[in-house]
Amino acid sequence: MSQHTDSYLQIRNNPKFISLVAKRNRYSFIMTGLMMFVYYGYILLIAFDKEWLATKVSPGATMSIGIPMGLGVILFTIIITVVYVRRANTEFDTEAAQVLKEAQK
Amino acid sequence: MVNRKHILGGLLALLAAGVAVAAGADLGNTQKQATNWTAIAMFGIFVGVTLFITKWAAGKTKTAADFYTAGGGITGFQNGLAIAGDYMSAASFLGISGLVFANGFDGLIFSIGWLVGWPVITFLMAERLRNLGKFTFADVAAYRFAQTPVRSFAATGSLVVVAFYMIAQMVGAGQLIKVLFGLEYTYAVVMVGIIMMMYVLFGGMTATTWVQIIKAIMLLTGATFMAVTVLFQFGFSPEALFAKAVQVHSKGDAIMSPGALIKDPISAISVGMALMFGTAGLPHILMRFFTVPSAKEARKSVGWATTWIGYFYILTFIIGFGAIVNLVQNPGEFYVGGEIAKGLKGGGNMAAVHLAKAVGGDLFLGFISAVAFATILAVVAGLTLSGASAVSHDLYATVFKKGQASSEDELRVSKITTICLGALAVVLGILFEKENVAYMVMLAFAIACSANFPVLFMSVLWKDCTTKGATIGGFVGLFAAVALTVMSANVWEAVLGNPKGSAPFPYSSPAIFSMTLAFFTIWLVSILDNSEQAKKERALFPDQLIRSETGLGASTASSH
Repeated sequence: MSQHTDSYLQIRNNPKFISLVAKRNRYSFIMTGLMMFVYYGYILLIAFDKEWLATKVSPGATMSIGIPMGLGVILFTIIITVVYVRRANTEFDTEAAQVLKEAQK
Repeated sequence: MVNRKHILGGLLALLAAGVAVAAGADLGNTQKQATNWTAIAMFGIFVGVTLFITKWAAGKTKTAADFYTAGGGITGFQNGLAIAGDYMSAASFLGISGLVFANGFDGLIFSIGWLVGWPVITFLMAERLRNLGKFTFADVAAYRFAQTPVRSFAATGSLVVVAFYMIAQMVGAGQLIKVLFGLEYTYAVVMVGIIMMMYVLFGGMTATTWVQIIKAIMLLTGATFMAVTVLFQFGFSPEALFAKAVQVHSKGDAIMSPGALIKDPISAISVGMALMFGTAGLPHILMRFFTVPSAKEARKSVGWATTWIGYFYILTFIIGFGAIVNLVQNPGEFYVGGEIAKGLKGGGNMAAVHLAKAVGGDLFLGFISAVAFATILAVVAGLTLSGASAVSHDLYATVFKKGQASSEDELRVSKITTICLGALAVVLGILFEKENVAYMVMLAFAIACSANFPVLFMSVLWKDCTTKGATIGGFVGLFAAVALTVMSANVWEAVLGNPKGSAPFPYSSPAIFSMTLAFFTIWLVSILDNSEQAKKERALFPDQLIRSETGLGASTASSH
């Protein structure tokens, strides 16, 4: 860590770093909250209203509403993960690289 | 009386259990089937190829960094497949498709629970782990704290999780070999122990990673083939598939609606928490984030892993329905005594295996059986490696030698530990043959989410966390998870033999209580800690934050 001491001091006071951390933390927690809402929402729906989930997608159909919803939760899980990874790997990484570059001046 | 049933089915019933009544899929104390030479030959080829890779990997495994992290030279895509290979166990492949075969919709609910931990790891853990850690998650948890107490806790947390997970896998291997290959229980346990030890001992993380990648590709390919064949039979119309399934299934239209899996809301949420946050506390999964060169690749790993695992669970759902419509057409081949009412030959977990024969003949059956068994090898190898690193890197090099051990010494200790863990796995596998191990995987998840995860989370994200808070809170979470599990019906009644309904803890998973208690304890002990040491630790937080957010000073892959 010693060879980076100056960089650490510089970064600590860099407003770009402070805003990056705030932005990333907010984004991480919102995304976690969203995932929890969707998953626990689905679980509680099953716990409290099985009949509604067993309703058919259309009159005369065999498939119940719960099945496309469940597959939807799986797809949502994949999509929300990929969306986060893309933003972090482009926007956040670019900003972090910027902060590091300024620290090494 | 010791319940001698539920082994593999138990592995998943345990998750379901409590949330679930009967998971339907019950491999039980399996009956040995006729020897399946095609499957044994295919498995032989898999072992041959992977040992050849191990020989190649051995040439690259010279330092402790090579052994623990493959020198950090795995790409995000490869690591994503390896994580998926680590996570898609025999229990999830055979168990979930078996559960869908028996109950339809409930199998879907079950598989979703296994998937939702991945976004949490992505959002909260992946990049921070990669930036702060080197070999084990204890590197991260102990980053700014006193090494001895926090490492001792993290190593304990790792080893306990590994032990329970491992016993469940070994017993599953023994039960599976009887139905898949028609060989004796003991053969499986000894064989898994020896082959797995060869991977880890000689090829370290490089060999383990490639075993997991190959297995993931085989499993995804085989499952895709089955699912596509099933959909093809119905002109790619899920509605037509469901209509036929409802028509032939003994439960009729009930397979289209939620059944007994979700009982009381508290158990449902608690099991959900154990799965969601437990995944982010499994040492063999967390360890995989140190094999990639950067935080960017670490994130790509989880992106790919989540995609593959999610895709795989969709496939198992289709496979379960495919088994419903295909197996009834040939009861003589697939059902005990040719009678549907007597259930599947080899038990409810054999739905996917029988479907393999129905759609692809004997050769494909051999392939799927070999893949299902190889799955256990890959998982056990990953577990052993993470157990060995907890002993050699955390306990030996840091706690015992105070960070003064050389890379050679550390490597030597990890290899000795690998042999000890391998031998222990075989012994435990044999000892637990007739025991009910159904609760063990769920207990591993409960401990991971109540001990490992809160400590990692608070040490990385909360500036006021201290050594005392992390260590005491972590141990409180661990003991609470174990104690409440022992007092729940899955152990109190099913294992300890107390009368039904006497269990003092009424819910299926302790997570909602034990995880909350761990977080509360870490918070309380930390804010009450006004020692000089605590002040120093808080002062180190800004630098830790800079490293975790930017990767400045992060341990780089050692190239050679």
